[in-house]
Amino acid sequence: MKEDPNHIKARKFGMIIDLDKCTGCGACMVACMSENNVPFKEDESNKLDSITWMRVYKVTNGKPYPDMEICYIPRPCMHCEGSHGHSPCVSVCPATATDYDQATGIVSQIYTRCFGCRYCMAACPYHARYFNWWDPVWPTGMEQYLSPNVSPRMRGVVEKCTFCFHRYQLAKDRAFYEGRKTIEEGDYQTACTQACPAGAITFGDLNNPHHKVNQLVEPDPKHNGRPKNPNAFRLLERLGTNPKVYYLTSREWVKRAGDNYLKNED
Amino acid sequence: MSLGIGVAAGTTLSPLPWKVTDDLSIWTQRWPWTPVPEDGETSHVNSVCTLCPGGCGISVRKINDRAVKIEGMTDSQINDGGICILGLSGLQLLYGPTRIRSPLKRMGKRGSGKWEPISWEQAISTVVQKLDELRSQERPHAVACISGQKNGTVAELLKRFLTTYGSPNFMHVPSIQDSYELTLSMMNGVQAMAGIDVENAGYVLSFSSGTLEGWGSPVRMFKANSKLRDNKGKMVQIESRLSNTAAKADKWIPINPGTEADLALGLAYVIVQEALYSRKFVENYSAGFNQFKAFVINGYSPNKVANNTGVDSSIIIALARDFAKAANPLAICGRGQGDTPGPLAEFVAVHALNALVGNINQKGGIWSLPEPNYIRWPAAEPDETAKQGLREKRIDGAGNGAYSHTRSLLNRFPEALNSQKGDAIKVLLVSAANPLYTLPDTKSIKKAIDKIPFVISFSSYMDETARYSDLLLPNHTYLERFEDVVQPAGFHQPYIGLSKPVVKPLYLTRHTGDVVIAMARALKGNISRAFPWKSYDECLKQTLGAKLNSLMAKGYWIDEKYTPPTWAKAFKKTSKKFEFTLTPFKQPTRVLPKGDASTFPLLLIPYDSVRLANDRIGDPPFMIKTVEDTVLKGKDVFVEVNPKTAEELKLAEGKTAVLTTPTGKANVKIHLFDGIRPGIIAMPKGLGHNAYDKFLAEKGINVNDLISPVEDATSGLDAAWGIRAMLSKL
Repeated sequence: MKEDPNHIKARKFGMIIDLDKCTGCGACMVACMSENNVPFKEDESNKLDSITWMRVYKVTNGKPYPDMEICYIPRPCMHCEGSHGHSPCVSVCPATATDYDQATGIVSQIYTRCFGCRYCMAACPYHARYFNWWDPVWPTGMEQYLSPNVSPRMRGVVEKCTFCFHRYQLAKDRAFYEGRKTIEEGDYQTACTQACPAGAITFGDLNNPHHKVNQLVEPDPKHNGRPKNPNAFRLLERLGTNPKVYYLTSREWVKRAGDNYLKNED
Repeated sequence: MSLGIGVAAGTTLSPLPWKVTDDLSIWTQRWPWTPVPEDGETSHVNSVCTLCPGGCGISVRKINDRAVKIEGMTDSQINDGGICILGLSGLQLLYGPTRIRSPLKRMGKRGSGKWEPISWEQAISTVVQKLDELRSQERPHAVACISGQKNGTVAELLKRFLTTYGSPNFMHVPSIQDSYELTLSMMNGVQAMAGIDVENAGYVLSFSSGTLEGWGSPVRMFKANSKLRDNKGKMVQIESRLSNTAAKADKWIPINPGTEADLALGLAYVIVQEALYSRKFVENYSAGFNQFKAFVINGYSPNKVANNTGVDSSIIIALARDFAKAANPLAICGRGQGDTPGPLAEFVAVHALNALVGNINQKGGIWSLPEPNYIRWPAAEPDETAKQGLREKRIDGAGNGAYSHTRSLLNRFPEALNSQKGDAIKVLLVSAANPLYTLPDTKSIKKAIDKIPFVISFSSYMDETARYSDLLLPNHTYLERFEDVVQPAGFHQPYIGLSKPVVKPLYLTRHTGDVVIAMARALKGNISRAFPWKSYDECLKQTLGAKLNSLMAKGYWIDEKYTPPTWAKAFKKTSKKFEFTLTPFKQPTRVLPKGDASTFPLLLIPYDSVRLANDRIGDPPFMIKTVEDTVLKGKDVFVEVNPKTAEELKLAEGKTAVLTTPTGKANVKIHLFDGIRPGIIAMPKGLGHNAYDKFLAEKGINVNDLISPVEDATSGLDAAWGIRAMLSKL
């Protein structure tokens, strides 16, 4: 379905992750792998070359027993807007293999254009991008579960979370087929949002005041989308990457762990 | 000079370098080698996941005949669209390399991995011949069966087979459900399953239960935890290690491992002493309260309990008050995921706490659910040989003498076999279980299995037990077969689910139900007569009767109107009241771990993680990928050690050390962790497989190699929660 930009306001898909609810179970990671044909290899314990579009980090408050606290932080691609779509990775890609889509706010990744220079990986402050050092190999028979909605990647290209963009396309197709002009909030949800057993992830259009994501964090358009909700924060806010993934927490130390602070800094 | 310009101009203008770069890029990316998944028509099949006892509804997305994604079923009352990490990985089991593709007969030594594929007819006749032989020797009781399922049609078919054949030795894999059942039988006086109305609880006090580690029905517990948070309820976790559950709780109370029962009784002391208990319940509907009161007042004052448990007496008092005064308080127990039945004293003490606050059979409390009664087959009629066999004592001692309340004691099976001369068991059937991996003290289980001349496994996957068997009769996987799913662990309303074939069987596998029916028919006589069905599907259809249609359409059946019996009618003891029993406390209340403290100064506790499947199913590749590099690195497993303990032992982060327990020895790596008490070390369950595929096998250590079962004095079930240990530099 073609959308006329004069009639439909640009969307800005974003994600809110409630860290008070997240239990670190890892369902989002596997939901993502199985939705997006993410490959695996014999040893995945070297996390530098282990491809996980969604990765759950474990952070602690650094206090000794028994005052230690743990928080899990799931990290998809942040789909940074920067200012006016100048995300760190998009700005450095020499092949236009990654691009910022003004209509959806999604940072794309076109595998066949990518020639593996990995500038984007160096530029991404969130380590959200992964390089295929090897050809993906599925044990005989296992390629049967591969989904046709997402093309498997080849050796030598970079890949990352796409906010399940193919689901957006399918939702638009369905809406068109059913004669609707727009898609509803529930029509397009990412695989991780759908799977999360704790209901910690909320996904939707940050520009749409009727969507839960907007109501939960109240992004402030005057300040590059910074959340008005005092319990909400974004990772490395001060870098100015303007990410579209927000986190909710009631714990102050968690909020602080989301950015680099000097020891004596408030 | 001109040559230089010429070279530069030539290189720039020549297409050669660009062509080479392009080729290089194409060559390195090797595009044609990458699979292109075939597109086709999309459809969805609803079913029920049976990888754990959670009973979640699943919706499987298919492209033509291929299953491509498993998702949570949105209208399921259990998981409401959510799904766990194992459920999501199910297709890797279906299409994975660990499948057993046809009946296999062992060639070469046990465990050598040499097999000969045989036909189903050959396979079944081999079994029948062995079984016929035993009956002609009047030794039908020399057959035993280990089943991962306790009820449901397949388990009932196996039980029926054993009964008509003449063996009393049906053993199921134990869990905390067994301890909860015993508790309900001792205190409520009913033979029932424990249902926990966790969604309506306002204050959850958990005694080491890993509600976010896979306890009960995992996704349901995750959902309930989020709901509790939304409703501003409270969750308190008592546990010796900062588990995920403890990390997410409003309050974590570290405790000396194994002293949970003491703490529960200490809380009871405060509740009784300060008269915070529900008068209505205690005065009108309970018996034995005065004895119970005297017992806790005498022995469990907060000061004494503080000494044993390591929990400050002021915390005990405050906790008891909070708990008793909260709206809909609920106390639960059963360590980690609940695979080990645990000390009965703990269950009885915690159930007494629930009784004190009057939440037995109440909203947000502990319900007793009648056992499912939809399987109503005419009683089997064993012939004379069978009757004689059935009069023999069970090999595991259950239902006899000291263990008269307990139905099955798999933990006693290896010991019973190893202590006897000769071969008391000649044929072992293993269905939906992997005892060689999941039972503590793997060495002794292996020894016991070595004494059994003929082991048959029905496993769909080449797990440890299958690898060590003599004959493999592979079942369809749960995505290829019909099967009823009984009552998700801990769910509070009567429930039946129906697992449906999502895809046609990929290989020459056969439904275990069909195999049992075929075996029975071939054995003829009364055995054959007890199995009148042509196939398992026919048996299931007849059994489910009127429920079948709604099960086919919806996938599950729930008696949503079910309410537990009122206090006046709920208790079936002779007093017709709830009984504050002291039976398990007459024995030493505390189950002590194996080993002496002078040689083994540390305590090793196994821990559960929802990212590590540690039951009969091992981690599929996707799951093992999510395991942190502070748990598994390469082939090495990490044990968690408090920095203080590590300093005393001069061990640093990432260093290799030797971990010794009275049961075994292994090399491990050290991970410094402030979430564990000094003197205690923790090791994950679910690693150290030596079967399955290269993605899982030979990674880490199976903690069951290092721990031994400890028998509970009252129930006879395994109550071990850890073992004494020693860490030394390599």
